[in-house]
Amino acid sequence: MESTNAKYVSQKISKTRWRPVSSSALQQPHIFATGSWDNEDNKISIWSIGDHGLPGMEDELEGDPQLLCEYRHDGDVLDLQFLDQDRIVTASSTGAVTIFHHHQNSQTISVARQWARAHRNPCDNAPCTGVVCNSPEIVTVGEDGRIILFRADQEGAVRIIENADSNSIHAVTFLRTTEILTVNSIGQLKLWDFRQQSSSPSQILSLTGDRVPLHCVARHPNQQHIVATGGQDGMLCVWDVRQGNTPFSLIEAHSAEMWEVHFHPTNPDHLFTCSEDGSLLHWETASHSDMPSFLQGGRNNSMISRSAMAPAGGNQSLISAWLAGDSGKGRLETTHMLPSQTLSVNSLDVLGQCLVCGTDEEAIFVNRQVPV
Amino acid sequence: GDSSDHIACLHISVVFAPLNSQLCICLCNQGFMLCTLRLRQTLCLCLTHTHTPFLTCFNSYLPVCVSGATGSGSSLIHVVRKDEDIYSPILRKLFNESHHIFVGLQTIREDLPSKNKKPQFVSISKSYRSVIRACMEELQQVSILLAIELIWNLCEVLFIDAVPAGSLLLHLLDWVRLHKADVDEKAREVLQSESPVEHHGYWDVVVSYVLQGRLEEARQMLAKQAAQQYADKNMYKLMDNLLSKMPPGSIHTLTEFDVKWRHWHEEVDRCLQDKSFASNVHLELICKILVGDEDTLLEHKELLSTWYHFLVTRLLFAHPTIKPTELHYYAQSCMAMFLDSRSAPETLDSILLAAFDFDIHQVIKDCSIALNNWWFVAHLTDLLDHCKLLQSHNLHFGSNLREFLLLEYASGLFNHHSLWQLAVDYFDHCPEFGRVYLELHIERVPLDTERKALKVLRICEQRQMPEQVRSICKIMAKRALRNNRLGSALSWSIRAKDAAFATLISERFLQDYCTRGTFSDLDLIDNLGPAMLLSDRLTFLVKYHEFHKLYGEKCFTEAAKLLLSLITAKIAPRSFWMTLLTDALPLLEQKEVSQTHPHLSLGLYDLTVICVFWSFQEEDIELTKVELLRLALARNLAKAIVKEGTVDA
Repeated sequence: MESTNAKYVSQKISKTRWRPVSSSALQQPHIFATGSWDNEDNKISIWSIGDHGLPGMEDELEGDPQLLCEYRHDGDVLDLQFLDQDRIVTASSTGAVTIFHHHQNSQTISVARQWARAHRNPCDNAPCTGVVCNSPEIVTVGEDGRIILFRADQEGAVRIIENADSNSIHAVTFLRTTEILTVNSIGQLKLWDFRQQSSSPSQILSLTGDRVPLHCVARHPNQQHIVATGGQDGMLCVWDVRQGNTPFSLIEAHSAEMWEVHFHPTNPDHLFTCSEDGSLLHWETASHSDMPSFLQGGRNNSMISRSAMAPAGGNQSLISAWLAGDSGKGRLETTHMLPSQTLSVNSLDVLGQCLVCGTDEEAIFVNRQVPV
Repeated sequence: GDSSDHIACLHISVVFAPLNSQLCICLCNQGFMLCTLRLRQTLCLCLTHTHTPFLTCFNSYLPVCVSGATGSGSSLIHVVRKDEDIYSPILRKLFNESHHIFVGLQTIREDLPSKNKKPQFVSISKSYRSVIRACMEELQQVSILLAIELIWNLCEVLFIDAVPAGSLLLHLLDWVRLHKADVDEKAREVLQSESPVEHHGYWDVVVSYVLQGRLEEARQMLAKQAAQQYADKNMYKLMDNLLSKMPPGSIHTLTEFDVKWRHWHEEVDRCLQDKSFASNVHLELICKILVGDEDTLLEHKELLSTWYHFLVTRLLFAHPTIKPTELHYYAQSCMAMFLDSRSAPETLDSILLAAFDFDIHQVIKDCSIALNNWWFVAHLTDLLDHCKLLQSHNLHFGSNLREFLLLEYASGLFNHHSLWQLAVDYFDHCPEFGRVYLELHIERVPLDTERKALKVLRICEQRQMPEQVRSICKIMAKRALRNNRLGSALSWSIRAKDAAFATLISERFLQDYCTRGTFSDLDLIDNLGPAMLLSDRLTFLVKYHEFHKLYGEKCFTEAAKLLLSLITAKIAPRSFWMTLLTDALPLLEQKEVSQTHPHLSLGLYDLTVICVFWSFQEEDIELTKVELLRLALARNLAKAIVKEGTVDA
C-alpha cells in the first residue's frame, strides 16, 4: 500500500481513534486521538493529518500526522472512544474512567469528569479494559468483572452490575441502545439487557470446549445481530447472536492475539483486524452472485452508489456473505496493510477512506487511500 | 529520596521481588530487612558521598547501589539510574527505528551471493545513518550524534562499501562535504547580499568550494567577480579554464584518469611557475591550492577546520588515485601537520585514524569506551559482522564480539519501562547466550495489567519457555486470589497447568459454598471442559456443582449416580464428606432412588461407618446429623435388601 509511512512518536500506542465526522459533510476524517501505554507518564494526544486535498494531489508529506495537543494520563490508556466531537472517554489501568474535553480553539485538553476508582479490587488496582459510548451514556468494563453504566452529565454511576463475570472482561460493544455485548478471558460472549434488573446476562455464547480468551468484539453497522470477535489464538469469528451457540464462521486470521476488529462503518463488506503478530489485515468479502450488491435485495434503486449506506431493510446477500458457513478463502480477499513486519499492532480505526493504526514499535501509520 | 534506609551492617546484597520492582529485601550479615521503594519520587542520583559505593544488583527498573564503610553506623541505599539517554523521547525514536532496521537486516537471506548482498548492506547502512540524521534535526545537543554519524559514514565508505582506488576519493569528498554544511550557509549569505563580490566572505566561500573540490560552484562564484573585473579579465578566464579542465574521477579508468590528471597538474604548475596569477593574490592562492601545496592548505586551517578535511583536500590535489591501503600514511601525517603539536589527539581523532588504518576492532573498542551508550557499537558491529568483516574473536566467556555488544545493548534496553519489547528481538538474534539472558530478564518485567501479562506470555510461549510461563501465570493467579477474584485465579492456574494452585482455589470455592450455601462463578465452573481434570479437587468441584444442577432440575436418578461416583472415586476432600452425606439424605428419601439404586445406599453406608468412627475423634461433627443419617441409611438399606431379595419377573 502506498502512502503508509511510519511516524515514530516515542510512546507505545495502545489505542487510536478517528474523531467522528458529521454525517452531513462528505469529508474524510483528519483528526485522530491516540493513547499510550507502558510509559512512566502516559498521555492522550490529538493529531491532525491536515485537510484532505484534491484527489490525485501529491500529498505524501502532507499526510504526516502533526501533534495538536496532548495531556498526561494516569495509567495505561486501555481504551479510548470519542463521546462526541469534543469529548473523549478513556479507560485506565488504574481503574479510572475519564472524560477529556478537547478545546479546539485553543488546542488544549482538560479533564471534564473523572470517576477515579470506577473499577477496583480490594487490594490492587483493577484496570478498566473497555469503554463504549452512545452519547450521553457510557458503559465500561474491567478486570474486576464489573459492568458500569455512566451518564456523561451525572456524578455517580447510573448502574453497576457487580460480579457480572467471574473472569476479566476484555471488551464491550453496544448491540442496541439498551443491550450490550461483552467478551471475557474464558472465551464467552455475554449479552446484557439494561432494561432487566437482574445481574445475570440474558444470553451466553461461547465456542464449546474452547476457553480461548476473546479480546475484541465489533458489531456489524447495519445488522444488529451479526458480531465479529477476535481472541488469543488469532481466530476471527463471526456470530449471529439470534441463533445458535456457536459462531457461523471461523477464520484463521492471525498467528497471535487479535487485538481489534472493526467493520467498516459505511461499507461493511470490509473488515479490518490487527494483531500481536504485527500485521493489519483488510478483509473483503465478495457477494455470492455476479450482480453488484446494491442492485439486490428489497430496494431496487439504481441511484444508490456503493459508498452510501446499505438499505436499512437488510440485503440478503450482504448478510450471508459474512455468515457463509464454509467461507472458503475464495470468497474472502485479504490484504496486508502495513509495509513490513513490525511489533504488535495494538489498535486501528477506519472511517471513510482513512485508516490509522498504532504499534508497540512506537509508530503510527496513516493510510488515506483505503480501497473500500 | 524517600528510599534511604539506614542499616548497620557489613556486607549487603539486595534482591528485588520479581514482578514488583518496588519491593526489595536487603540481606546483610546481621539479618535482612524488607524495604519498599516509592519509585515515583526517586530520580537519578550522583554518587557524591565519601563512602565507597559498590553496585550490588540490577533489576528491571533500576540498579541499586549500596554504600557503606565497614563499621560505620549507617548505610544508604541509593537508587541510581544509569544510561540517561534511554529516557530521552527523541532518542527513543532512534531506538525504535533502528530496531526495525536491525530486524530487517537479520532476515536477509544467507544463501544470496555476496555481490548481491553488498548493495543491501550499503542501503541498510544508509538507513541507519538517515535515522541518526533525523534525530540530529530534533535534538539540541547534536555533537555526539554528529560524531557518530561521521564515524559511521566513514566506516560505510571504507569497510562496507569498500570502494577501490579512484572512487575512494570521490566517496571521501562526499563524506567531508556532508559534514561541513556551513559552506552552503555562508554562500547563501553572500549571494543574498546586495553586492556578493564585495561581501567580506566572498573569497572565503570561493576558497572553501575549491578546498572541497566543488569546482563548478567555484567557477560560478568567480564568474560574478570576472564580470566586474575588466582589468584582470584574462586571468579570470585562465582560472576558469583550469578549473573546468580538472578531470573528474568517475568517468575514466584508473590509468586513463592518472594520465589525464598528470597533464592537468603540470598545466596548473606551469601557470604557477609563469606567475600568471601573480598580480591577484586570491587567484594565486587558488592556483597554489590546485597544485596541492601543503603550506598553502595549512594556512587555511580555519576554513578546513578539521585535519580530515585537510587530508581529503590534500589527497584530491596531490594523490587522487590513492589506494585504500595507502590511506593511513597520509592520515597520520596530515593529522600531525594539522594539529598543534602540544595538544593530544581527541578521542574522535584517534577513532578516525583507526578507521583509516582499517583496524575495525580498534574503532569498535575506542567507540565503546568513548560513548556511554551501546547503541552505536552494537548496531555497527552487527552490520560489519554480516558483511563478514570481523574476525571471530572469542571473548573469554565464549561469545563473539558482535554478540557481546548486542547483549549489553539489549540488557540496557530491558532496564527501560517501555523499550524492553525491543530488546527481545535483539536477544533472539544472539545464538549463544541470547536465550538465557531473555529467560532471566523476561520474568522481571513488572505486570500491572492482564494485557501486558498476555504480551509477555506470548513472548515466552513463542520461544518455548514453559518455566517462565508457569511463573508468570502463577503470579497473576496469586494476585487474583488476593483480590478475591477466584474465577480469574482459576483461569490463570489452568493456563499455568498448576495443579497445586488449582486445588487451592477449588478449596476456596468449596469453602465459599459451605459458608454461603450457593456456588459463585457458575459461568466459569460450568464451562471448564477438559480443563477440570487438572486437579482432583477441581474435578470434584465441577462434578459437585453438576450434582446440584441435576438435583435442581429434579433428575434425581442422574444426581444419585453422580453422587455415588463422587463417593466411590474418593476425590472428595475429607472435610466435605459430611456435606456429601447431608446432601445424600434427601436423595435417600426419594422413592425412585431407593428403588433403582441400592448401590447408593451401600456406598453411603460405607461412608457413614467411616464417618461415625471418625466422629469419635472429631468433636465438631454434629452427632444429631449422624444419627439422622444412620436412621435414613438403615431404612434405605432395609428397603434395598428387600428389593434385592425379591425376585421380580
